[in-house]
Amino acid sequence: MQYLVSVIDDTAGSATPDEMAAINAFNDRLEAEGHWVFAGGLGSPSSATVIDNRGEEAMFTDGPFLESKEYLAGFWIMEAPDLDVALKLAADGSKACNRKIEVRPFL
Amino acid sequence: MSLADVREAIDQAHHEEWARVVASLTRRFGDLDIAEEAAAEAFATAVGRWPADGVPPNPGAWLTTTANRKAIDRIRRENKRDDKLKEAQLLYDNDPPEPLGAIDDERLRLIFTCCHPALAMETRVALTLRMVAGLTVPEIARAFLVQKTTMEQRITRAKAKIKAARIPYRVPSAEDLPARVSGVLAVLFLVFNEGYLATGPDTDPVRHDLTAEAIRLTRLIRALMPEDGEVAGLLALMVLTEARRTARVSATGELVTLDEQDRGTWDAALIAEGHRLVRERLAARVAPGRYQILAAISAVHTSARDVRDTDWSQVVALYDQLVRLDPSPIIALNRAIAVAELDGPEVALAAVDRLEHKLAGYHAYHATRADLLRRLGHSQKSRAAYDKAIEMAGNTAEIAYLTRRRDQLG
Repeated sequence: MQYLVSVIDDTAGSATPDEMAAINAFNDRLEAEGHWVFAGGLGSPSSATVIDNRGEEAMFTDGPFLESKEYLAGFWIMEAPDLDVALKLAADGSKACNRKIEVRPFL
Repeated sequence: MSLADVREAIDQAHHEEWARVVASLTRRFGDLDIAEEAAAEAFATAVGRWPADGVPPNPGAWLTTTANRKAIDRIRRENKRDDKLKEAQLLYDNDPPEPLGAIDDERLRLIFTCCHPALAMETRVALTLRMVAGLTVPEIARAFLVQKTTMEQRITRAKAKIKAARIPYRVPSAEDLPARVSGVLAVLFLVFNEGYLATGPDTDPVRHDLTAEAIRLTRLIRALMPEDGEVAGLLALMVLTEARRTARVSATGELVTLDEQDRGTWDAALIAEGHRLVRERLAARVAPGRYQILAAISAVHTSARDVRDTDWSQVVALYDQLVRLDPSPIIALNRAIAVAELDGPEVALAAVDRLEHKLAGYHAYHATRADLLRRLGHSQKSRAAYDKAIEMAGNTAEIAYLTRRRDQLG
């Protein structure tokens, strides 16, 4: 079972060196324990472009698809046997990156 | 066997077997939705068949077998276009024998799944009442004053989340157990309290159906986890509170406070049970949690044949212990009520007034102030406090009581 673990941020700053070190240590642990699938940090929402090619011609729009105070700052994809394991990992992840986190299962 | 006897047998089976049937089907099919529907169908079949065929010698086994068959029927219908392999597997995996202990363990799994912290509190309550207590969706909707469709959606969404997010169907590990048990107890306490002081304008002031259900489920948890002190504490608290139920509302539908209750009408058997549980926890010599302390306070009250015999210093000492564990303003408010009896209303009022910034929106804060001001002879201030309490109270019997008290002010 895979879970998308999203990092929710409401400040513009990226991770501090201390936070980065904690995230790296947490990632090493995910790999060692077999939970690691993928992870990445994202550029700020203002760097996003929205594309809609459902019509005749592709439309490109500047900015995120949803303007909000809180946004997705990065994510993990984790392998876990059930939600209890995923929630525990996410709790440690939240501590490591010092941000709020959302856990959502893949179908 | 008369028709009435059969109905009673079905009711009894529903009380005793519902959670077992749902739990064993959930384990077997890994799906709460299938388990719930098949269990409901099995009970409906019993209602149709038992009057004619007679009550089977082992109703639980009959219901489980029937529900298993219903579940397999449904899975077959849904898998018609799927490979025939699954169907064959279901055919050959027919009713593996289950030792009784293992089945009890299944019910515990069911409870922990329904009370999972990833579900919203109101969802946990609804799911527990449906899956474990076997209340119907309209019954639960009525209990919490929401539309039937709203409650249906809430339960459906919860089942879908459990499945999609893979909330595990198991008893938590020893390391997580205390936190998870306290989550289960919080759900049961909420059900009990809603029954004991119902908030709806159109409901009975005391909802015996809810208090009885909460006690029944807590007894079940107690049977499954007899060593847990807080489980015993919550059960003791509930039965000692329930024991006073009939004395709590007057014939005219007015709330009767502890000091004015006719203690002769208290349920002696429930009080004896509660006292036994409290003594058992005292003998265990383990630091008590909040439910055990609340139960001990309730035991002090119910030990006094007359309100004047109440050991208030003991009550205050227990509240002191509770405040250290749970420094919430509501506990501090209840402590102040006991302090009024020990040190007088003036000392208590000073303590209550210190809670204003935290409790100004809570009716009991104003009701307590109103009573203390009344006892100190400050009629005008008391009246204003009663007005506020009446405005904020939701329970019809409590509103009637507060109104009378206000109108009796000089």
